[in-house]
Amino acid sequence: MPSLPDMNTPDVVELARNAASRSHHTEIPTPDTAEAAFVETLLRIGDSTLILGHRASEWCGHSPALEEDIALANVALDLIGQTQMWLGLAGEIEGKGRSADDLAYQRDAWEFRNLLLVERPNGDFGHTLMRQFLFDAFHFDLLKSLTASLDARVAEIAQKTAKEVAYHLERSSDLVIRLGDGTPESHRRMQNALDALWSYTGEMFVSDEKDAEVAARGLIPDPASLKGGWQQTVREVLNEAALIVPESAFAHKGGKRGVHTEHLGYILADMQFLQRAYPGSTW
Amino acid sequence: MATDTQASLREVWDWLSHVPDPEIPVISLTDLGIIRDVAWNDDTLVVTVTPTYTGCPATTAINFDIEKALRAKGIAKLELKRQISPAWTTDWMSAEGREKLRAYGIAPAIHGSASDGRTRARAKRMMGVNFTVPCPRCSSTHTTKVSQFGSTPCKASYRCDDCLEPFDYFKCI
Repeated sequence: MPSLPDMNTPDVVELARNAASRSHHTEIPTPDTAEAAFVETLLRIGDSTLILGHRASEWCGHSPALEEDIALANVALDLIGQTQMWLGLAGEIEGKGRSADDLAYQRDAWEFRNLLLVERPNGDFGHTLMRQFLFDAFHFDLLKSLTASLDARVAEIAQKTAKEVAYHLERSSDLVIRLGDGTPESHRRMQNALDALWSYTGEMFVSDEKDAEVAARGLIPDPASLKGGWQQTVREVLNEAALIVPESAFAHKGGKRGVHTEHLGYILADMQFLQRAYPGSTW
Repeated sequence: MATDTQASLREVWDWLSHVPDPEIPVISLTDLGIIRDVAWNDDTLVVTVTPTYTGCPATTAINFDIEKALRAKGIAKLELKRQISPAWTTDWMSAEGREKLRAYGIAPAIHGSASDGRTRARAKRMMGVNFTVPCPRCSSTHTTKVSQFGSTPCKASYRCDDCLEPFDYFKCI
């Protein structure tokens, strides 16, 4: 039996693109080379907010308490609203006439550029909260940094959304501390969540040549430059939460270049069903 | 229906001050501070609107309500412009709007208390200015935050520890 391609090989996206071009009748635009890196890095932001927003919305009607149900739905709403701006801008810069909706509903898994962290299954409420906190701490610093982008559109979106995300971070930090430093059961669950998710945080700070290009142009900061601030926030909160920060520096990677875990496919099957079954339908 | 003479900008602002917010109908769109500009461009009335929160589902309803109200006043050519910068802040809410919110049972935003993402640092920073949210019903300052996100993203859930009523607090942003 021939060996299967290693999912970490860089050409897996090319393999998928080739396969899609033979089996698929839709043409998948590639951005102008001049702006390819900018579009790509905007998708990394917008896809992460989209997928995390969808994950948070999955709790609607299922949360452990009514207040948390409402809070999660509101965080999801913020994230989806922010996604409309980031993907809208990505589509505008791509210049192929794709709207934020087109990008959200008509791409396949390998075209998504979100962090693997945000596609992790919700697990228990502790997992959901810990995932939210680890992302919020990164998201907030990223947006603050983006307010200084040389692209005015990026800076404007960042100025607006950073104010919203400040409340996300405040809420998730607060709850991580309350549950981490809570009952033995809540502490155990929060530590389990941290241990399970830790290896998905390293990807946030991995830089590739596309990150380097947009950073050099002053558009989007190099992710590696955000690591120190994130570590400080996270350690402060986790210490106060009486949680032990895992020592392993191992990082699962791939989401930012379209190599995803199996979970993303299920999210898309759910999220994209209507537009796949009834393309272009509106109400 | 078209007007023979152009409505004055003062009139248009006045009309808009009677369009209620779809989510909190006791305050108007001008109380909320989301109408950023009104101008005539030749024979087209241009109204510039800024969203409160990026994901606020009321945005579509607000645009629809503006259009309906202005059409009813005989405005034939109307353009609604969306502007995200400078970003909306609760500081733009009118004093009258804040009072209406309080009377309606929603505690208005406390100036200068916008989150910087860091709860503890904020609590320390706010200590000097007594960052407690007074109950809109009994004015007690013995209140407790139940959740950072209430019935909408722009509000937090609070409970009054004296009169025991739950209430919404319009967060400072």
